[in-house]
Amino acid sequence: MKIHKYDTVIVGAGGAGMRAAIEATKRSRTAVLTKLYPTRSHTGAAQGGMAAALANVEDDNWEWHTFDTVKGGDYLVDQDAAEILAKEAIDAVLDLEKMGLPFNRTPDGTIDQRRFGGHSRNHGEAPVRRSCYAADRTGHMILQTLYQNCVKEGVEFFNEFYVLDQLLVEVDGVKKSAGVVAYELATGEIHVFQAKAVIYASGGTGKFFKVTSNAHTLTGDGQAACYRRGLPLEDMEFFQFHPTGIWRMGILLTEGARGEGGILRNKDGERFMEKYAPVMKDLASRDVVSRSIYTEIREGRGCGPAGDHVYLDLTHLPPEQLDAKLPDITEFARTYLGIEPYTDPIPIQPTAHYAMGGIPTNVEGEVLADNTTVVPGLYAAGEVACVSVHGANRLGTNSLLDINVFGKRSGIAAAKYAAENDYVELPENPAQQVADLVEHLRNSTGTERVADLRLELQETMDANVMVFRTEQTIKTAVEKIAELRERYKNVSVQDKGKRFNTDLLEAIELGNLLDLAEVMAVSALARKESRGGHYREDYPNRDDVNFMRHTMAYREVGADGKDSVRLDYKPVVVTRYQPMERKY
Amino acid sequence: MATPTLDKMEAAAAASPYITVTFRIRRYNPEVSAEAEWQDFQIEIDPKERVLDGLHKIKWDLDGTLTFRRSCAHGICGSDAMRINGKNRLACKTLIKDINPEKPITVEAIKGLTVMKDLVVDMEPFFQAYRDVMPFLVTKGNEPTRERLQSAEDRERFDDTTKCILCAACTSSCPVFWNDGQYFGPAAIVNAHRFIFDSRDEAGEQRLEILNDKDGVWRCRTTFNCTDACPRGIEVTKAIQEVKRALITRRF
Ligand SMILES: Cc1cc2nc3c(=O)[nH]c(=O)nc-3n(C[C@H](O)[C@H](O)[C@H](O)COP(=O)(O)OP(=O)(O)OC[C@H]3O[C@@H](n4cnc5c(N)ncnc54)[C@H](O)[C@@H]3O)c2cc1C
Ligand code: SF4
Ligand code: FES
Repeated sequence: MKIHKYDTVIVGAGGAGMRAAIEATKRSRTAVLTKLYPTRSHTGAAQGGMAAALANVEDDNWEWHTFDTVKGGDYLVDQDAAEILAKEAIDAVLDLEKMGLPFNRTPDGTIDQRRFGGHSRNHGEAPVRRSCYAADRTGHMILQTLYQNCVKEGVEFFNEFYVLDQLLVEVDGVKKSAGVVAYELATGEIHVFQAKAVIYASGGTGKFFKVTSNAHTLTGDGQAACYRRGLPLEDMEFFQFHPTGIWRMGILLTEGARGEGGILRNKDGERFMEKYAPVMKDLASRDVVSRSIYTEIREGRGCGPAGDHVYLDLTHLPPEQLDAKLPDITEFARTYLGIEPYTDPIPIQPTAHYAMGGIPTNVEGEVLADNTTVVPGLYAAGEVACVSVHGANRLGTNSLLDINVFGKRSGIAAAKYAAENDYVELPENPAQQVADLVEHLRNSTGTERVADLRLELQETMDANVMVFRTEQTIKTAVEKIAELRERYKNVSVQDKGKRFNTDLLEAIELGNLLDLAEVMAVSALARKESRGGHYREDYPNRDDVNFMRHTMAYREVGADGKDSVRLDYKPVVVTRYQPMERKY
Repeated sequence: MATPTLDKMEAAAAASPYITVTFRIRRYNPEVSAEAEWQDFQIEIDPKERVLDGLHKIKWDLDGTLTFRRSCAHGICGSDAMRINGKNRLACKTLIKDINPEKPITVEAIKGLTVMKDLVVDMEPFFQAYRDVMPFLVTKGNEPTRERLQSAEDRERFDDTTKCILCAACTSSCPVFWNDGQYFGPAAIVNAHRFIFDSRDEAGEQRLEILNDKDGVWRCRTTFNCTDACPRGIEVTKAIQEVKRALITRRF
């Protein structure tokens, strides 16, 4: 075991982690621990754009953006946070441009903007051009630009270090962060990083679904590390299903495709979104479009022999436009489906995309231990966190924004905290829990296999807690997850070595997915209403009287040593906007 | 709205899609043996699946010790460049049907970088070469309050080289790099190009000086291996040529 000491430790080198690192490195001795090389992070997969009311191409302002964010989130958004997001969006985009990001340009040479789902002029009048973009590889450009600036600033990275445990120590009755424990992929060695401030920026958890736009490595490690140490997870039942994933593969085809004029059609060629969202049509918010697609499929208007998908039709758009604005996704269709999008429509289905929930924080990125108490020295930003700016449903282009705004904020706040505070003493045997876990898995002679359990988990999640949910389906999932968690105790790995043991890490990642799937299902079961990404067929309406509140899930360990999920609730912050019915 | 391709596709999907394929993989694990060796695995797979899916099948069903990097699984993170049937490709962007699955499919680590285990190589020298070309925007004077202006044409000038995902397929297909690991390699030059030709940047001269080094652009022998290897379709050789020309004319 090795012990390192840094002022600030950042877990994750995606957009949020690197944006934080650029700030923290200037102000404090900072280490970034990341399980992937920074440029491999899934921020690089983001396509469509980043929202900001620059008003470069038409009238726009941050107040309209705030409203759209709150409405898009089905009023579960904390409105003070949404206002910060929308206001600081403008500088966040300009910062990136100054760092070198090659945005697409208008004829005047300013940053070009395009339409995106749920973003509107004057509180829902008509779609507005708010998304700043670089072709359909905006996330790639953000990730590259931030990495480039990390190189420039001399940010210190520990690549292929997996953070597996969060150290919390009680000092004078207050739980504080003391550091993290990481496993080094190359050597199998365990490292303890003592730090005054820790920022989690470890991304999402989509891999508990089978059809997903998420990378294999998005396994919720940060959420799980905090949850296991008794910290709450907020709004985990809210997961976004993006309408247009490549049929059966889940690879994303950006909403920008519809922003450019793409149309969803059923097997009769009908533009069905006109029925469900007469104003915004194909650009209604994602939960609405995903449900509409499944309604078409269920009512027998799906395409293909099994009627299990619909089409994204781009054939009426000029090939030059597709080449200029959507080069990557048209190439995905060619590579993975053998389809030419100039002439043929693309088969799509909703794909599990984005975790609205996560580690609860305030607007400075400070992690909450309950509804109000912060954990001194602990921060979170990006998809791992829940501020909550996305509420029950995130608008497209608001996450690339979120990682920049709250990545920056948490980087500044953490470094400031590190400058003003001392180290918390490490607990005795700080690496114990990780060492035990690794030893257990390496030595286990159990008969269960990681790949089998993971597949069963993914199939259960797809079948039971996806776009449509009922008491019955969620209960099925809860039971299945409990069974899988039991069987997980008996899991073993084939690779017993120390060097680049990805077999072992996949087993650990599965453990994280199982814990988080349980939290998601239990949270979903208790929410007897429909809101944003959480749609209960048995409770099809939003219920503001009983459920306009955030779910806070805690891990409880009983006297018998068995753990379970305990739910609590937290009020939503409402400032300007009273809940209204959501129509598009 | 036309649907001919789909109908064909769906008809094909109705019949059993699976075929038996042999993966012949170059295994190496110094914890076990100092020697690398080829190992065959037979799997049932739909030929429309990716080589990465095949590797997963092997790892998940047959041999958990098989080690490779991967993340996004659709060609944008740059984790899984490897030599497949003797050519550098991304495993997640290569469909089985396109690489002659009747014969054993050979898979080995990319060349020119130290193999750590199976398909995993030491990427540090590769990233070091990248960092050495000042891969970041350098500007002088006061920051404008709004964005710097750039015409669509100026933006287009370096579009191709912004697509790089740092997968190392190009650099590790370059015979000059195989012979001399000191050579910056195509990927670093591509990333220098991305800034040299960005109208907003003011450090082009410095970058050109770095690449004028004995390990710089002049080592390139224009074999086009890099361009063939690039999974992002970047015209790598052309970018290198443009940098050479800029060095001669000092115009960029
Ligand atoms: C296909 C796709 C398209 C998208 N398009 C858009 C879009 O157009 N607009 C938009 O606003 N949003 C979009 N999103 C959402 C957005 O891209 C993501 O939510 C966002 O990029 C997440 O950034 P992040 O920094 O939080 O996490 P990530 O970029 O996922 O980074 C996570 C980091 O954490 C590290 N990490 C994880 N676990 C550990 C561990 N245990 N130890 C150490 N390090 C760890 C990883 O190495 C990685 O560096 C898209 C998402 C997807 C999947
Ligand atoms: S230029 Fe192409 S092959 Fe080379 S590193 Fe970049 S993406 Fe990979
Ligand atoms: S796994 Fe990301 S490029 Fe292949």
